[in-house]
Amino acid sequence: MADPTPPVVAQAEAPETTETTVRTLGRDAWHDLVRKPTFVVSAVLFVFFVTIAIAPGLFTSLSPTDCDLALSRQGPSSAAWFGYDNNGCDVYTHTIYGARASIMVGVLTAIGVLLIGGITGTIAGFYGRATDTVVSRLGDIFFGIPLLLGALIVLVSFPGGADTPELVTISKVVLALAALGWPQIMRITRSSVLQVRSADYVQAARALGAGGVRMILKHIVPNSIAPVIVVATIAIGGYIAAEATLSFLGVGLQPPVVSWGLAISRAQDYVRTSPHMLLFPASALSLCVLAFIMLGDAIRDALDPKLR
Amino acid sequence: MTSNPSSSEVVLDVDNLVKHFPLTTGVLVKRQVGAVKAVDGVSLQLRRGETLGVVGESGCGKSTLAKLLMRLEEPTSGKAYFKGQNIYDLQGKALRELRRNIQIVFQDPYSSLNPRMTVGDIVGEPFDIHPEVAPRGQRRKRVQELLEVVGLNPEHINRYPHQFSGGQRQRIGIARGLALRPEIIICDEPVSALDVSVQAQVVNLLEQLQDEFGLSYIFIAHDLSVVRHISDRVAVMYLGRIVETGTDAEIYEQPTHPYTQALLSAVPVPDPSVRGQRQQIILSGDVPSPANPPSGCRFRTRCWKATDKCAEEDPALIVRPGSNHESACHYAAVREDVVVQH
Amino acid sequence: MATTQAGIVPRPDQAGVTPLLEVEDLHVEFRTRDGVAKAVNGVSYTLHEGETLAVLGESGSGKSVTAQAIMGILDSPPGFVTGGAVRFRGQDLLALPDDERRAYRGRSISMIFQDALSALNPVFPVGWQIAEMFRVHEGLSKKDARKRAIELMEQVRIPAARERVGDYPHQFSGGMRQRIMIAMAIALDPDVLIADEPTTALDVTVQAQIMQLLADLQRDRNMGLILIAHDLGVVADVADKIEVMYSGRIMEQAPVHDIYAAPAHPYTKGLLESIPRVDLKGQELSAIKGLPPNLTNIPAGCEFRPRCPYAREICKEQRPPLAEVVPGRFSACHFAQEVLEGDIEPVQQ
Repeated sequence: MADPTPPVVAQAEAPETTETTVRTLGRDAWHDLVRKPTFVVSAVLFVFFVTIAIAPGLFTSLSPTDCDLALSRQGPSSAAWFGYDNNGCDVYTHTIYGARASIMVGVLTAIGVLLIGGITGTIAGFYGRATDTVVSRLGDIFFGIPLLLGALIVLVSFPGGADTPELVTISKVVLALAALGWPQIMRITRSSVLQVRSADYVQAARALGAGGVRMILKHIVPNSIAPVIVVATIAIGGYIAAEATLSFLGVGLQPPVVSWGLAISRAQDYVRTSPHMLLFPASALSLCVLAFIMLGDAIRDALDPKLR
Repeated sequence: MTSNPSSSEVVLDVDNLVKHFPLTTGVLVKRQVGAVKAVDGVSLQLRRGETLGVVGESGCGKSTLAKLLMRLEEPTSGKAYFKGQNIYDLQGKALRELRRNIQIVFQDPYSSLNPRMTVGDIVGEPFDIHPEVAPRGQRRKRVQELLEVVGLNPEHINRYPHQFSGGQRQRIGIARGLALRPEIIICDEPVSALDVSVQAQVVNLLEQLQDEFGLSYIFIAHDLSVVRHISDRVAVMYLGRIVETGTDAEIYEQPTHPYTQALLSAVPVPDPSVRGQRQQIILSGDVPSPANPPSGCRFRTRCWKATDKCAEEDPALIVRPGSNHESACHYAAVREDVVVQH
Repeated sequence: MATTQAGIVPRPDQAGVTPLLEVEDLHVEFRTRDGVAKAVNGVSYTLHEGETLAVLGESGSGKSVTAQAIMGILDSPPGFVTGGAVRFRGQDLLALPDDERRAYRGRSISMIFQDALSALNPVFPVGWQIAEMFRVHEGLSKKDARKRAIELMEQVRIPAARERVGDYPHQFSGGMRQRIMIAMAIALDPDVLIADEPTTALDVTVQAQIMQLLADLQRDRNMGLILIAHDLGVVADVADKIEVMYSGRIMEQAPVHDIYAAPAHPYTKGLLESIPRVDLKGQELSAIKGLPPNLTNIPAGCEFRPRCPYAREICKEQRPPLAEVVPGRFSACHFAQEVLEGDIEPVQQ
């Protein structure tokens, strides 16, 4: 018994797994994703819209301020494929430039809710007891306020003028949406953390004497974040739509900011006579929202091992 | 066997440990309406280099006992002394010190390893938490040594858990438990999730490690033949209590408690030639709910010997006449026709 | 599909009697992203009326997949039956269209599973679920079906069946739920009952009760019982015949008494020796080294060779067919005779 023989076992077991390539969840998910038409289509759309948002100049030589009242509400033609709006601005150019504000609001709001909801949800789920009760009830209160109504009230209370810088206007909308949207992410995060918290590997870390921060950062977050990311991606579409609604109602983004919601808002009086003013920004909005929702769905399918 | 464990010092002395999980109702104001008596007065002693087997069926409280001894749960009452200190009094630095000395191996080799960490990170985590054990520069070497000790290829340090089979994963879990050189390892059903042909490998590994490092094990399992193989002493649990305890030979060859006898008689024997020769005690009914255990002796609702006395008087775990080990039965008597002669 | 391929030696059976269930040269594969996993590779066995056949194997041996293929409940895709036949009283079930095949399920062959909780519908009372079998399949009235359900619950020895008929699955213990599963499985009086690890999730004392119940039901109804298990202990008391599976193939087949007394395959021998024994306490257990093969990449030659202590040169080159060693006993080992007689030395590696 002086010389135990584990190395023998090591040799016996070694051939079993040597030549397999290293597989991580991320790689597996990617492998699945690139074979999914939904993902490919939505990813192409996503890249397309983001490119437009970053560099609208690539897609049009005109500027959104190049307007000629003489061209007011002219329909689509070979000179202007999407036609002109009531100010005589090129609808195509406005649709292109509108992507930036809309997508910025969507993405920034998603980041905002991820931060607020993710942190509060993790804390509530991990520490439980009184912390959980307080955070959950607080979330319930915010959850009870309808997103649009709440945002409407916030934005009406803090109106901006025509001279307010573009970024400030956008930030206001983002903050209003994030302040009301976080409970959704908080709930998802909390339930996901609750599942992970009871896993044996978290117990093992606790048994080793790991502190709360370590357990959260090393064990809880990496294993609970996947569904949260998915929901946030899907929600981006919703936030973009909410921004459009708020702008349509006249409380979201304000001119001179160019956004799809504003374009749709302007089109409302002329729907019968000049439907093109509504059709193109509205289509862009729908397509963009759809792209984010499809992307979220595709990522969920890929990350969920149970659906394999 | 290197030394005689029965004469060595006691490393863990558990005294009347109780864990009740409160049952509450009410949404806003929680009102306690009862308690699940998961562990209800357990006392045991573990000696250096010894393996104490704890057997019992699901719901008997053996896993809660493991969590209590790891201090993953706080007890309702009771004490457990490790080297003269009550582990439930320890805080801060002293508690971290304790963590280095008592470690655990879990049942499920799948859920006990973080799927997002490499084997190197998993086995090296103890060193991250207790940096004083291994200087930063030496950690990788230490991890590779540990992998080798448990019979894994040290070159696999950068792999993820899902690239290993169940048996190999259990070895990774054992390596993590060994990293801090603990004195006690609590094995919570370490082989029951493994394939039969792999179980023996892991049992052998645990025994080798015990000899090599002088470990003390609390080996919790429901497989009686594995427990017998590895244990020096055995405690049988039923509904949160120890009903019988003794050396492995005493429990397996001269069981005096009716529950132990029933348990032993139900062990499937891989030998068809004894078909019909062995007395099989088929217990009627199910284990009562630990939220509402029977009065007096907890086993009396399923016991064929039960009398009025059993309902009134709780039998103590003491040495009964006619045997030389402790049994919590008023009518304890050795019965040998249930013994597994395999 | 009655052709016997090379490597499959036909087994003589009770002359002239059509077996109750006959699996012949069954092949099943799973087409996964990581390649084709050959889960079942030419499994043949027969079951006669009133016989208990135990199929033993560890996870990945193909024992459950074979049962699913017999029942026709294989998840497809990814699973595909790629060859072979499953004959029930001479009728090849695999050749039948789906709707005709369904008629055999429950009435002729039925199955119980390891996890009774997930096999029962949580939102209906158990009595209702049992009664449903009679209403749908036999057109009984609600009242009669309920009466039959209570009778059946009594037959599987559920105490106070009349009072508990309206209880929901979660109100029963694990052992009781398994009894309810058994009641549903025998409701339509099947000729063959397949029990897939029926006691694995249960405690030892409950396990003994369930095995006893299955054995009694099998005897009373003269059913054919296929008992799928992963360890040798559980089946020793009830089985008549044992099939040991490994890597999707049958390694050894023998009457129960013979196999435990003297195994004719190194794998069976390894399994028997790895069980802890009293007289070997304090010694190392004799473990089978290594791991079962990856089903997407089964080694050439004998599947068990990488783990076999007796493996010789021939084992690398030729896959041994399942062949008769002594009358009534079959083993897929080049050295079956030697293993059976204990007349072979382990190779020093």
